Amino acid sequence: MLHDLSIGALADLLSDRQISSVELTRHFLSRIERHNPSLNALITATGEQALLEAAAADLRLQRGERGPLLGIPLIHKDIFCTDGVRTSCGSRMLDNFVAPYDATVVERLRAAGGVMLGKANMDEFAMGSSNETSYYGPVKNPWDTSKVPGGSSGGSAAATAARLAPYATGTDTGGSIRQPAALTGVTGIKPTYGRVSRYGIIAFASSLDQAGVFARSAADAATVLQAMAGFDSRDSTSVDVPVPDYRAALEQPLKGLKIGLLAEFFAGLEARNVALIEAALAVYRSLGAETVDVSLPHLPLSVPTYYVVAPAECSSNLSRYDGVRFGYRCDSPKDLMDLYKRSRGEGFGAEVKRRIMTGTYVLSAGYFDAYYLKAQKARQLITDEFRAAFTRVDLLLGPTTPTPAFALGAKIDDPITMYLNDIYTIGANLAGLPGLSMPCGSIDGLPMGLQLIGPHFAEARVLNAAHQYQRATDWHLQAPSGYA
Amino acid sequence: MSLTRQEVEKIAHLARLSISEQELPIYVTSLSSIVDFVAELARADTGNVAPMAHPLTGLHQRLRADAVTETDQHERYQANAPSVQAGLYVVPRVIE
Repeated sequence: MLHDLSIGALADLLSDRQISSVELTRHFLSRIERHNPSLNALITATGEQALLEAAAADLRLQRGERGPLLGIPLIHKDIFCTDGVRTSCGSRMLDNFVAPYDATVVERLRAAGGVMLGKANMDEFAMGSSNETSYYGPVKNPWDTSKVPGGSSGGSAAATAARLAPYATGTDTGGSIRQPAALTGVTGIKPTYGRVSRYGIIAFASSLDQAGVFARSAADAATVLQAMAGFDSRDSTSVDVPVPDYRAALEQPLKGLKIGLLAEFFAGLEARNVALIEAALAVYRSLGAETVDVSLPHLPLSVPTYYVVAPAECSSNLSRYDGVRFGYRCDSPKDLMDLYKRSRGEGFGAEVKRRIMTGTYVLSAGYFDAYYLKAQKARQLITDEFRAAFTRVDLLLGPTTPTPAFALGAKIDDPITMYLNDIYTIGANLAGLPGLSMPCGSIDGLPMGLQLIGPHFAEARVLNAAHQYQRATDWHLQAPSGYA
Repeated sequence: MSLTRQEVEKIAHLARLSISEQELPIYVTSLSSIVDFVAELARADTGNVAPMAHPLTGLHQRLRADAVTETDQHERYQANAPSVQAGLYVVPRVIE
C-alpha cells in the first residue's frame, strides 16, 4: 500500500510519473478522514490547501524537476508557524491565532516540495509527556487507543505510526520527539541544539528547544533532516556549521564503532527493558561495534535541573501572551491588570500555569541563586560529563523511556510522576546533543524505543548507526493493527 | 519545604495569572512537591562550576549589523489582535 512505502520509494513513483502528488495527497487525506476522529492526531486538516500544493508539485515534476521530498505529503506539529493557517500550539490562548509568516522549517520543506496535510495535535505549548494537556483533547495511541501516545509531539508521532503521512515534524525540549516516537513505534530524531532553525517555532524553553523529524525509518528521517537543517540568520542561536550528506553516511559499516553504555541509564531499569537493550546490543556487536561502560555521575540530576531551567525560560517566554497584541482576551476586563490576569488565567491550561508559576518562583528575589543559578551549574556539570564520555565513545546507547505507553489519565494528576517519563531523554537536551529513538521490540504488545545519543553535530553518525540496525532488524516495519 | 497559600497567591500575581479559589489548593500542593523535587539539586557539589551560558562550548550569542531589515507590516500583524483602532492596540483606560 502507498502509505506503507518509504519516502525514497514514494519519490521514485513520483519521479517515474507512476503516481501524481495529487493522487498521493488524496490517499493520505482519506486516511486522515478515516482515522483522525478516533486518534485526534490533528488539530487542523488543510486538505484544500494540500491539493493546491500537490498540484504545484506535480507541475514542478512535469517540468522535469526532481527532489527527494518533492510532492511528498507531511504533517507539521502545530507549534510551527504556518502562513495563513491557524497555529494554536495546543492552547486556547492561540486558538484564534493565524500565523502571519512561515517558520524556517516550514519554508524549507515547502521549497523542497513538501505538501502539508495539516497541523498536529500536541501538549499545550509543548508542556507535557502524554498529549493530555492539549486544549483540543488528548491524542490516542494507534497501538491501543486507551493509551497515551507520549508527548509533547504526540500528534506527530501518532500520525506517523498510523500512516497518516510519510513523515511529520516535531520539537524536542526534554524528550518531546524521542519519547512519543518510542511510545508509538516510530523513528524520531532531535538534532544538535542550533542545527535546525527555531525561527517561527513558538518558544517554550529557548536554550533547550530544537526541531526534528518523525519518520518510519532512519533513512527517511535522514532525507527530511537534510532539507530542514542549516544556518538561518533569523535564529540567533542557529549555528553556521556545514550540513553533511546524511544519506551518504547511512551505509558506512559500523566495524570498530564504540558504543557507550551509561551505568546511570541501567540502574533500576525494568528487566524486560534491559532484555530489549541487550538484544539490540547483540545486533550491534554482530555488526562489528564494541561496547564500553561509562558513567555520568551527575546525570541523575537531569530531571530536577530541567524542571528549574525549562520553567524559568517558559515563564519568561510566555510573558508575551498579554491579551493585547494577539491571542485570547478575557471578556469585559475591568482594568489593565484584570485584562492581563484573566486573559492568561483563562487562556492557559493547568500544566502551563503550573510551569509558569514554577519558573516565576525559581527566578524570584531570594530564590534565584538557590534554584536557577544552581541548576545552570548542574547543567554545566552534566554537559562536561557527556563531553568527557565522548572522548572515549562514539555514541551512547540506552532506553528512551522507562515503560511502554501508559493509560490515558494514569499520570495526569501527578506532575512529578509525569516528569519522570523523560528521565532518559532530558540529558541530551541539557547538553544540546543529538538524540534518536527507534523501535527495538515491545512490552505487553506495545512498542519500546532504543535511544542513541551522539556528540554535537554527529547527526550523520547517529542516523548511520540507526540505519544499520534497521537493516538488520524489522521492528521499524511493524505497523499497529488496523493501520497497515 | 512547603509553599503556603499566600506564597502561591504572590507567585500567581507576579506571573499575572488569575487563579480561582478551587484551583489554588491544587497549585499549593503541586508547586510544593515540585519545589521539594528540584531541591535535590542542593546535593550537587557545584563549588567551582560556572553556570552554563550556552550548550555549545565556545559559542557566543551572534549579533547582527544594526540595520533595518524589517518592513512595516503592522496591519498584517494586527489582524491577530483582539482590539485595534486606528493602528493602535486598545486596552482598558490606564490613566484617569
